[in-house]
Amino acid sequence: MTEPLVVMQGILKDFPGVHALVDCRFELLPGEVHALVGENGAGKSTLMKILGGVYKRDAGVITYKGAPVEIPNVANAQRLGISMVHQELNLMNHLTVAQNIFIGREPRAHGIPLVLDEGGLNDLAAALFERLHLRLDPTRRAGSLTVAGQQMVEIAKALSFNSSVLIMDEPTAALTDTEIDELFRIIRELRGQGVGVVHISHRLQELKQISDRITVMRDGRYIDTIGTADAKIEQIISMMVGRTIFEAVPEVPEKTNPEVVLEVRNLNRGSAIRDVSFSVHRGEIVGIAGLVGAGRTEVARAVFGADPIDSGEIFVHGKKVKISGPIDAVHHGIGYLSEDRKRYGLALGLSVETNIVMASLKRFVSRLGIVRSALTRSAAELQVQNLAIKTPSLNQRVRNLSGGTQQKVVVGKWLTADTEILIFDEPTRGIDVGAKSEIYHLLNALAHEGKAIVMISSDLPEILRMSHRVVVMCEGRVTGELTAAEATQEKIMTFATQREAAA
Amino acid sequence: MSSAPGLPVPAGRTGAMVRSDFLQRFLAFGALIVLILFFQVWCVLIGTNFLTFENFVNILVATAVVGIMALGETFVVITGGIDLSVGTVMTISMVMTAVAITSQHLPVPVGILVGILTGGLMGLANGVLIARFRIAPFIATLGILNVARGLSLVITQTRPIYFPNNPEFQSGVMGNLFGLKISGEFGFPNIAIIMFGAALVAAFMLGKTALGRYTFALGSNEEAARLSGVNVANWKMLVYVVCGLFAGLAGVLSAARLGSAQPATGFGYELSAISAVVIGGTSLSGGEGTILGTIIGAFIVYVLTYGLQFVNVAQEWQIVVTGGVLIAAVYIDNLRRRQRV
Repeated sequence: MTEPLVVMQGILKDFPGVHALVDCRFELLPGEVHALVGENGAGKSTLMKILGGVYKRDAGVITYKGAPVEIPNVANAQRLGISMVHQELNLMNHLTVAQNIFIGREPRAHGIPLVLDEGGLNDLAAALFERLHLRLDPTRRAGSLTVAGQQMVEIAKALSFNSSVLIMDEPTAALTDTEIDELFRIIRELRGQGVGVVHISHRLQELKQISDRITVMRDGRYIDTIGTADAKIEQIISMMVGRTIFEAVPEVPEKTNPEVVLEVRNLNRGSAIRDVSFSVHRGEIVGIAGLVGAGRTEVARAVFGADPIDSGEIFVHGKKVKISGPIDAVHHGIGYLSEDRKRYGLALGLSVETNIVMASLKRFVSRLGIVRSALTRSAAELQVQNLAIKTPSLNQRVRNLSGGTQQKVVVGKWLTADTEILIFDEPTRGIDVGAKSEIYHLLNALAHEGKAIVMISSDLPEILRMSHRVVVMCEGRVTGELTAAEATQEKIMTFATQREAAA
Repeated sequence: MSSAPGLPVPAGRTGAMVRSDFLQRFLAFGALIVLILFFQVWCVLIGTNFLTFENFVNILVATAVVGIMALGETFVVITGGIDLSVGTVMTISMVMTAVAITSQHLPVPVGILVGILTGGLMGLANGVLIARFRIAPFIATLGILNVARGLSLVITQTRPIYFPNNPEFQSGVMGNLFGLKISGEFGFPNIAIIMFGAALVAAFMLGKTALGRYTFALGSNEEAARLSGVNVANWKMLVYVVCGLFAGLAGVLSAARLGSAQPATGFGYELSAISAVVIGGTSLSGGEGTILGTIIGAFIVYVLTYGLQFVNVAQEWQIVVTGGVLIAAVYIDNLRRRQRV
């Protein structure tokens, strides 16, 4: 039996008010791809950040190549041969690709201590890309690359350390299928060289393809480690959630109501949105599918008035409306639920009540400009009951709620504002498996009540399960429209990759 | 290796970005030319001439002190920070140089060193407060601004210190290059040579050294730099020290120029320095900026000040205009960034 590269035992980590990790274990062998899975908040990233030197553990032992080690900071981890690709992109956009990759390790000109050798730096990066078969220009500004390009820079950077341990925290979240294949090719190559790879991901199908063993975590605890070959996806899911969940059954599509609530005609904005048209009926959920960068969020923001448009018309209930800002959109009954709730959807430091009445405060203000707190309270209470928002009180700060509950607060905000058209951008991103089904339930209930719903999602099963109709986008254009009956993963992907010949 | 499987990386906005960078640099330089022509036209209308060698020299001399301060400020602003204390740090450096030369009877070169190091020390204080105690740069440097201002007044007992026994100090700094007179009494002033020399040093530090690289890295994405194993706190501290050293040099030159240490001056210079930096295209949100831009920015500020004075606009109005220019520069910076998003 080979000696493990890394053994972590009895790892404990507390954050203020939370036991992030309790008595956690992890083992990594040389030449294995070890998947780490669990719901959001299970502690996967925290455990790996301890190994990567980002966090310090409160208790426990880490053994690396047979000897106990301390990993007080990132530089230390890198020296040991442990490197990490983080979940969030961590590039310095103003710097070039090569400068990003070798930050902190720049070659010096003629050995003079502080003077940098830019040419040598670019050569190093070019050699690295050659080795990894990546087509990247070392001198290009990182900020000018696409998300996928930036992700590849991060991965190249991690690999540039010639590490024995490579940790990847959801590296494929922003990648297309071809790019994922490319990444997996590199991972397999590394495995062949004896590198131990930790792969954190939510895409269980993907883990079946690439990993050798799977470790499951739940609520900051170690659950089990199993060989991938023996593992069944349902089994992994039930270990993740601690209960058995039945395979999600697609919802039966509603009979479509003929009343068109929202219609978008020939929307254009630069190269991001090109001649986009679609419509949404009363009581209908229209899914917008496409790859990252297809222009889906751009369309949502344009319809909501958050970004200016070059041309195009928007009709609400058949009447042409002019939307030059979110104020107009709200006035016409359109609500936008951003994929980044924490940044664009909520005031995290404020209470549930304040957030719920935020978009319609005008209604709750007396003529003298004083907020009528009895009215806001009852309005907020109504939403908390209707949507089953799990909060200890209306005064609870939104920051302290779970992702799924936060999403419901945003929904409550728009319902309070009498919104008829709801645009959901990645409604279940960052929400764990259990809360997801609740969000689905909620979407269906809203549609049933007669709301017109647009749902942008990168998760194909989610699109298939929820949508009455699917609009597929690629490179800013609508490349296809499918009814629920016609839609399959394959068809959607065909449309989603229908790039223009002369792009 | 061209047959190797590789990731196609779609073209981004590089083209547009390069164009906008070019435009930006051209914009500052163009604004300087337009400003000079504007004053020339004004002068012709009131029957004088703006484009004289004398005015050229006067503007060079007037720009030098704040120009040097702005060099250090450029580093700080590129990290995404701000140093409000440069004006009064300049003052305390000026005072310390005077104290060293007069009451301590130290040789002039030692006095110069004392002045520069005083600036460095104040910069270190800023750096420690910001990088170690994590006080917001705005507040930390505002505090140090007043500490330096007050100490200058305490040390001098609020009276100027003159050094009549060291005329070589003043004549060395304010004299002409190689003693050459080009037009009447006017030659190319040494103080301007010192400023351009300091600018070359600053440009080298920013463009070619590790300090410069990390200055940009901190401003672009501090967390990314930290996660890359860069000792963020130490480099940030060093950036404030560098800013202090430049302010110290500015103080020494100011002392030589005035032939004395004036404890009540310096306050307000920081706004001119920050204006120069921002007008020069350095973004207040960090991550980008150039030394050449800052020098052009400093000239814009002082052509404007000197020009208004030359055409007899009341000094009170000059102050109003300077404030307006700073606000305009920041607004242009906002527009520029909005374009890129």
